Amino acid sequence: MEGFRLFPEAASTIAGRVDGLFGFLIGVSLFFAALIFALLLVFAIRYRRRSEDEQPPQIARRDWLEATWILIPFVLVMIMFGWGAKLYFNMMNPPDGALEIYAIGKQWMWKFQHPEGPREINELHVPVGHPVKMTMTSQDVIHSFFVPAFRVKMDVVPGRFTHIWFEATKPGVYHLFCAEYCGTMHAGMRGRVIAMRPTLYEEWLRSHVSGEPMASTGESLFGRLGCPTCHRADGGAPSLVGLFGTPVRLQSGATVTADESYLRESILNPRAKIVTGYQPIMPSFQGQINAEELTQLISYIKSLGQEQTNGS
Amino acid sequence: METTSIPPQVHYLNADYGIKSWLFTTDHKRIALLYLSSITMMFFVGGAAATLMRLELMTPQGDLMQPETYNKLFTVHGIIMIFFFLVPSIPAVLGNFLVPMMIGARDLAFPRLNLLSWYIFTLAGLFTLAAIIAGGVDTGWTFYTPYSTAFSNSYVILTAVGVFIAGFSSILTGLNFIVTIHTMRAPGLTWFRLPLFIWAHYATSMIILLGTPVLAIAIVLVGLEHAFGIGIFDPALGGDPVLFQHLFWFYSHPAVYIMILPSMGVVSELITCFARKRIFGYSFIAFSSVAIAVLGFFVWGHHMFVSSQSVYAGMIFSFLSMFVAIPSAVKVFNWTATIYKGSVSYASPMLYALGFIGLFTMGGLTGLFLATLAIDVHVHDTYFVVAHFHYIMVGGAVMGYLGGIHFWWPKITGRLYPEGWAKFSALMVFVGFNLTFFPQYVLGYLGMPRRYHMYPPEFQVLNVMSSAGASILAVGYLIPLVYLVWSLRYGALAGSNPWGATGLEWQTASPPPTENFEATPVVTQPAYAYGSFGEDEEVHVG
Amino acid sequence: MPTAHSGKTRRSTLAKSHSALAHHFDDLGQQYEASTLGMWAFLVTEIMFFGGLFLGYAVYRAAYLEGFIEGSQHLDAILGALMTAILLGSSLTMALSVHAAQVGHNKLLARFLLLTMLLGVAFLSIKGYEYWHKYHTHMVPGFAFHYDGLHPEIVRLFLSFYFIMTSMHALHMIIGLGLQAMLVMMAWRGRFSPEYHTPVEIIGLYWHFVDIVWIFLYPLLYLVG
Repeated sequence: MEGFRLFPEAASTIAGRVDGLFGFLIGVSLFFAALIFALLLVFAIRYRRRSEDEQPPQIARRDWLEATWILIPFVLVMIMFGWGAKLYFNMMNPPDGALEIYAIGKQWMWKFQHPEGPREINELHVPVGHPVKMTMTSQDVIHSFFVPAFRVKMDVVPGRFTHIWFEATKPGVYHLFCAEYCGTMHAGMRGRVIAMRPTLYEEWLRSHVSGEPMASTGESLFGRLGCPTCHRADGGAPSLVGLFGTPVRLQSGATVTADESYLRESILNPRAKIVTGYQPIMPSFQGQINAEELTQLISYIKSLGQEQTNGS
Repeated sequence: METTSIPPQVHYLNADYGIKSWLFTTDHKRIALLYLSSITMMFFVGGAAATLMRLELMTPQGDLMQPETYNKLFTVHGIIMIFFFLVPSIPAVLGNFLVPMMIGARDLAFPRLNLLSWYIFTLAGLFTLAAIIAGGVDTGWTFYTPYSTAFSNSYVILTAVGVFIAGFSSILTGLNFIVTIHTMRAPGLTWFRLPLFIWAHYATSMIILLGTPVLAIAIVLVGLEHAFGIGIFDPALGGDPVLFQHLFWFYSHPAVYIMILPSMGVVSELITCFARKRIFGYSFIAFSSVAIAVLGFFVWGHHMFVSSQSVYAGMIFSFLSMFVAIPSAVKVFNWTATIYKGSVSYASPMLYALGFIGLFTMGGLTGLFLATLAIDVHVHDTYFVVAHFHYIMVGGAVMGYLGGIHFWWPKITGRLYPEGWAKFSALMVFVGFNLTFFPQYVLGYLGMPRRYHMYPPEFQVLNVMSSAGASILAVGYLIPLVYLVWSLRYGALAGSNPWGATGLEWQTASPPPTENFEATPVVTQPAYAYGSFGEDEEVHVG
Repeated sequence: MPTAHSGKTRRSTLAKSHSALAHHFDDLGQQYEASTLGMWAFLVTEIMFFGGLFLGYAVYRAAYLEGFIEGSQHLDAILGALMTAILLGSSLTMALSVHAAQVGHNKLLARFLLLTMLLGVAFLSIKGYEYWHKYHTHMVPGFAFHYDGLHPEIVRLFLSFYFIMTSMHALHMIIGLGLQAMLVMMAWRGRFSPEYHTPVEIIGLYWHFVDIVWIFLYPLLYLVG
């Protein structure tokens, strides 16, 4: 992490690919910058004014030249776009089976929750060689989760969940920065991402479990808040089993996907979206649960119905 | 072209005396000078903020000032430089002075609105300075919600009012230019005989009219939300903080073209004069200005690739952003081709113009990095972005502004400035600028985020380089202040056309009479009619 | 290169030395062209200004239709329809005043302008009543807002849009009334003629625009659902 360098370390599966694309752009840029600089220099010297009443020949426009220097750059930028878009699509779509970790940004610290239970503040332990998907929200203003060595960044927004995924390729300690200005100690909202070999990671997990897995904590909370009163068979509320990730038909006729943001809204502002065929009688839990408890509930709801498919 | 050395007996500067003759003037030339004093002052206020910031950044720790102070400094630097320097600079100073003259008119279409726009600008500046003195604002010039609406304890509303009012000043200028260019061209001055400076200002004015009102509404909503908590950007009340970003960037992206297009117009004037050539590809450059203005409205989402905007929206914005790069490239190639087989002089305005082309090329190319989705994810909100926009705005726009000020200084004041000092400071600016901002590209890719008053120690070397460069750049900007003021009293008399340039403004005295021309000129030649075509005798206007 | 030549006339040939001709214009025709283009350009900026508000409204309406329907029910659509009729009427009287100006009938012009202003004041009075009523029933966001319905936050958001959009519109109307008052005084002094009546035309344009904004506001605010 320390030590002067001119190029960042590449420590994720995507980093090398981003650097490759970056190299292509550097190459194209160097070529054109050098071309223009050289031409300007050569022309300025070769055609310097030698006498005050010099009358240079006027040159009419050449359409083929204009066409050339429109088309060639156009082709190049389209390559840049295509390559970048494809890589971006990969970066925004986590592979199946990614290890899910929750992150909550708040002024001016990072809180992480592993599904198995351990919680961290400003430090994030992850395994090497296994994709990790971050599910993130903010408790206050917009922050941004940025790990330069992994080449990933995603804003962390209040009121919704955002995602980013990465797979670390070598063990080490890497900078975590907040990359969206968030107030006084924005520059202090930093952390360390600690990538460990899988066996060491398992060990770390085991030794740091102080409570239960997130989903279990969520389950207890679910019970304590009285949710099963309605969210059970014949309870008058939509079933939550296997709900996560599926489409939901609303009373207004629209259809939405039951993602984390939808679950969050349903808990804090249930009347915003009413499921078709149900009454708007669910109370709001705004102010009764904090951001961590919310992620625990969501983790629990996600786990419902997943025992039939593969475990999380 | 006759060049008289003796200045005219009566011209716009001495036609009337006293403070009232300046504060109640409707002469576009005097209004241009009123603006010149205001924005020069604003430039140095913004520059002072930058100086303090670079001082803090010499060490990794936050040891020079409180974090809040640093945050207020970068906010002030952005707001002042963008709204009170870059946006008005060329249009309100050079545009106001030259647009009527270049088209052979006696004034702009609405002289009193012109004066009003300066008063509005001054009022806006006072509000903003009041906010700074009262304690400052720390939201960043981008005012992102919900920080600005629900969390910042600084003078958000006061500053927002200042920026809102400044927008009206800008709109009035743009409106004046559009109407003037449409309705007041001299006989024979068809659209395709107009100087490219005029085309650039026309395109700029289009953007001003269409974009600024949207910023106004975004600011009004931020102010109302901050004051009354209406909930439009507050997720707890059903609002969407990202909606603000859409409204904000819908103006602020086109705004960057407001800031660069006039400069490009200046460069076209400088290159042609100092290579003594007709511009290569006139219609391509003219249309590229319009293309940039239009395309610029469709790309705002490239500021929001990692904002939780949808992946597909991101792809559309990236695709369109690539398009907007092409017209700029077209200009650079055409300017370069204009110098080919020219008669190149190294007068200081030309040094600024050449510097512009080189630095704008570099800045523009790095824009492609930012438009490329996968790379932007890594460099968004880092010093890479800071370097990119400073290359365009300082390496580009400010160099163009300084080149224009030097080029038209003899026309505006009737005096010549000391050329040796001008060349020296142009060189200082070029060197200082590159030393300041090139290391920031490296810092950005390394991962140093923006708006950080402290940073990990391994970033220090590059930061020190950048701060060192800034000191050289500062000197490069201060020197012209000295010799330009000096020249007002002691500079050699300029005569009506010291550079031997084409253009209607050079066909009248320096300084010009209040009515600009003895009689309305009639235009029979294309723009930049330097010399004849030789074998290519047909007059190619485009 | 340019030679000395006096300015060429464009449209009207009459009255080059008309007292209304500003010194920097060649003739009244050019001045008229410039003033009209200037007003159109200004109206474009107004469209963009209100457009931003309409966009914000559209985004939230799409997300929270039920809440918006509920909010709209708290606005009196009949009163709104009356206001629309009044404003349309004022556009008619404004058009009539422009016509009067075009034939140089200063007295008739002044009368139609006063009628327009009267209708404008009527509109604003009803709006004032609406605002007062909302204030009394605690339905003004930010001023002791209290609402016990199905979607309180969305109704609050809807009413925020209502107040911001209609007050912006009202502000533009008040400015329009001020401009019309100025025109009335000029008309009383017999300033307008068939050769020169540009201010009336361009302020007429402005007033029609203000009317059109309301034509959009009425259904979007009063007739949701």
